[in-house]
Amino acid sequence: MSDTRSKIRGFILNHFLFGQDPGLTDGASFLDEGFIDSTGVLELVAFLEKEFGVKVADDELIPDNLDSIDSIARYLAAKKPGT
Amino acid sequence: MKQKTFSSDRLLLDPEQEVEQIGDFMRKVLIKDLRRRGIVLGVSGGIDSAVTAALAVRCLGKERVHCILMPERESSPDTLTLSRLLVDHLGVDHSLEDITETLHAVGFYRRYQEAVRRVVPEYGTGWGSKLVTTDPIEGGGFTFFSLVVADPAGVQKTVRLPIEVYLDIVATTNFKQRCRKQMEYYYADRLNFAVAGTPNLLEYDQGFFVKNGDGAADLKPIAHLYKSQVYQLADYLGVPEQIRLRPPTTDTFSLAQGQDEFFFALPYQKMDLCLYGLNHQIDPAEVGVAVGLQADQVRKVWANLEQKRSTVRYLHLSPLVLRRLPETQREEARGTLHAP
Repeated sequence: MSDTRSKIRGFILNHFLFGQDPGLTDGASFLDEGFIDSTGVLELVAFLEKEFGVKVADDELIPDNLDSIDSIARYLAAKKPGT
Repeated sequence: MKQKTFSSDRLLLDPEQEVEQIGDFMRKVLIKDLRRRGIVLGVSGGIDSAVTAALAVRCLGKERVHCILMPERESSPDTLTLSRLLVDHLGVDHSLEDITETLHAVGFYRRYQEAVRRVVPEYGTGWGSKLVTTDPIEGGGFTFFSLVVADPAGVQKTVRLPIEVYLDIVATTNFKQRCRKQMEYYYADRLNFAVAGTPNLLEYDQGFFVKNGDGAADLKPIAHLYKSQVYQLADYLGVPEQIRLRPPTTDTFSLAQGQDEFFFALPYQKMDLCLYGLNHQIDPAEVGVAVGLQADQVRKVWANLEQKRSTVRYLHLSPLVLRRLPETQREEARGTLHAP
């Protein structure tokens, strides 16, 4: 597992699930799983901006970029080529 | 038989019958569930509280209704004028409680300014502000909030809010609704009355209220009515025209803020039809024709409605407990069972 995915997974499990892993796969939709709402998305954005030094633009706040570990990893890779 | 084209006609109600049903409901819960002798409610000069007050007067008698007017220094001047107009029109007992001092005592004005200064350091005396949300039709992404500020010369700018500042501003502004509710329960306890909440269906369904603020009440007599239907009752009950013509406003921020820029994606007439369409599984293309949108735009509004429903579940929940005593449940079941 890449360092990026591992950091995202660590944040998701610790912040939203109190450290309990329900068997979350990298492709699982956070919205479908039901543990992230719109406030949670903003918490996730704050984490990404701080941890990865990116600035998430208004038009990037969409499920395609932020709704699973896979989609976030893809989004960050496109945002910061090489990571 | 072919179903008629979907339109706002679908929301037409029989006002006489509706008033009768609401009256039965109010009397029943007051007698059986709440055991209180009348209704206290806060009036804002808006349509929902005006209709709730008019219903209570019509169905219970004006001696069983007490209205409270609770402006503060950032309230629109219309709020007090229209609230007075209503209570005079209904001839009902009322109290004026300016909550500015209470808000000052809990540090509301200071805390709000400090919260805004986290993103706009120059914010201060003479400035105004309001929260606005994303447009789910244009954007189609996650909901986020921005702060609009205006300097003393009226020059505006918009700043997207980081989560911690957004939460700070919301937590602070919630003081307003919670101070008002505290006052309503003070009067309710003194008079042995119950507190009526005034959300319409759109607000109740979508969680457009503050938990333990305007969301707190003993009964919510119009929570089953679409906003368009509330206007129909207003007409039937003879609510003064100035109140019926006032555009829906939150009256929470120092800059004027329409409900459709803070919370709802569309004006209430269209929002009602979209919600009705979603609830009754109407073809999105048909809903679109009625509200002037494309089918895929209607689907975006629906997605936003569904997303809000799941987000605000917390607001509707009563305190959760691990186990409930059968004796307690038996007592709760004795009422007329209209709790959410």
